[in-house]
Amino acid sequence: MNTNTLAAPLFVITKGCFAYRTDNVLQDIDLSLAPGRFYGLIGPNGSGKSTLLDLLTATRSLQGGQIAFQGRPLANYAKKELAVKIALVPQQFAMGFDFTVAELVLMGRYPHIPRFSNPTVRDLRLVDEAMAVMQIDGLRHRLISDLSGGEKQRVVVARALAQDTEVLVLDEATANLDIHHTIEIMHVIRKLVRDQGRTVIAAIHDLNLAAAFCDQVIVLKEGSIFTAGPVAEVLTSHLIAEVFQVEAEVQAATPDHPPQIHFTLN
Amino acid sequence: MSPKPPLILIALALFLAMAIILATGMGFLVITPGEVIRVLWAKACGAGLVADLNPTFPFVIMEVRLPRILAAAIVGGGLAVAGAVFQAILLNPLADPYTLGVSSGAAFGASLALVLGISGITVPIFVSVPLFSFLGAMATLGAVFALAAPDGRLSSNTLILAGVIVAAILSAGIGFIKYLADEQVGVIIFWLMGSLVGKTWHDVALTAGFVFPGLLVMLYFARDLNIMSLGGRMADTLGVDSRRVKKILLLCASLITAICVSISGIIGFVGLIVPHLLRMVLGPDNRLLIPACFFGGAILLLTADTITRAWLPTELPIGVLTSLIGGPFFCYIFRKKQLGQRA
Repeated sequence: MNTNTLAAPLFVITKGCFAYRTDNVLQDIDLSLAPGRFYGLIGPNGSGKSTLLDLLTATRSLQGGQIAFQGRPLANYAKKELAVKIALVPQQFAMGFDFTVAELVLMGRYPHIPRFSNPTVRDLRLVDEAMAVMQIDGLRHRLISDLSGGEKQRVVVARALAQDTEVLVLDEATANLDIHHTIEIMHVIRKLVRDQGRTVIAAIHDLNLAAAFCDQVIVLKEGSIFTAGPVAEVLTSHLIAEVFQVEAEVQAATPDHPPQIHFTLN
Repeated sequence: MSPKPPLILIALALFLAMAIILATGMGFLVITPGEVIRVLWAKACGAGLVADLNPTFPFVIMEVRLPRILAAAIVGGGLAVAGAVFQAILLNPLADPYTLGVSSGAAFGASLALVLGISGITVPIFVSVPLFSFLGAMATLGAVFALAAPDGRLSSNTLILAGVIVAAILSAGIGFIKYLADEQVGVIIFWLMGSLVGKTWHDVALTAGFVFPGLLVMLYFARDLNIMSLGGRMADTLGVDSRRVKKILLLCASLITAICVSISGIIGFVGLIVPHLLRMVLGPDNRLLIPACFFGGAILLLTADTITRAWLPTELPIGVLTSLIGGPFFCYIFRKKQLGQRA
């Protein structure tokens, strides 16, 4: 499935199954993810995208099959070990209490800071950098509850950037943002992949966004992997019709432009 | 997260120490703070500095007032930290130490002990009431956990609902016991309203034995508790085993609540208002909030107990007093905050 044979795979899922009580959410998932790539995870609502991301971040455990991360079963990692390697940006974000923006972004550093120690200069620098990249420096001392939805989401992305992990998992992280901030964040993340060789796995609803920024797409349908591969090969009008039941015309990619999808709206 | 927190804690600790000394001097027999300190110093060093003082002072201070005062401080501090932890775990600033029904369990146990005492079963009341109420509280916690267990994440809704159900059943049980107690029902009612009358060094040691170790565990997990306010899924990806931390801290807070209730009866409002107010002032960082709550709760309950002991012509149940002082004050702060936000 994966075209990258040079580097050892980052994640390998074999025969992965997961069910909530008795409803099968994911079945027979076989997937191998290479490091240094931007993966887009697409599929209709309820196709199991979030669950698959939960399995990759080890917030849920497989009920059948295996999942290995860097050659070791994911279940054998301590939570602390994973927290310095994998960060999550969720779509929905509720804060129980009113921390300030800076305090929240600093929480991304907690896995790196011993329990009773103060943040080091490096920790604080990474926090500042993350806030600068997300353009929220000016909000530093504001309370989370006073922010708009878009500002909140940028804070959450900054927190994940401050966590400084080799893997970044985004669960529809830009779904609540306006187009300007969406593109801004996607550029930042694209840069992390290109310049620093980090791996991003992002569940994305907007197919054009996936087409524009991802290297590879993984298509989920009804809890199984429908197909996976490079964007230009996978995203066809045939696939969109079959998976999303929507008619669309796909304008082929050129060296300068990613493929573009035009939906037939009636 | 800023360098000033320890200063606030030191100030609160000094304030508590002052309150303890002042309170010890107050009462039917007035003793000046200087004399209180001299007696305490003499006791601590075994020196004879007290020869010129009224010979009853050492007895009044050491055997009558200090145990009750320390019990009040520790119970108040214990309830406040338990409240802070319940609020943090349940992500609900209106939770208190009694949210999971622990108080109802304790009250049921105590009522049972009292009614058994009335009906002539000869267990000394001062042993049976704390013991029964503690067991009642623990059994309640067990029931709540068992009810909530199928929810893998122990979400706050599940826990609160389980607590409400168990508490409702227990209240009915308490009602039945009151009915059985007939004319003696006053004893139960007085206990339910809370009191620190006649507390001994034994009670002080018992509460301290639960509250201080519990407090240490809470401080150990305080940072994890901060992260858990992001929700279980986020906390897990930040390296916190949120389910485990939740269980440990709920157990800790409930043990503290159970011992406090079994020693003093049900004292409302301290566990709600102290963490709530301090969070408004100091922010939500539990590493600062939890120790601050201990001092704040201790000062509040000690003040309330001193008012009912030394100022009022007759002893008012302390639970009534804390709510009478705390309620309006809370309204004032709440209103001020609302107005401030609008401006």
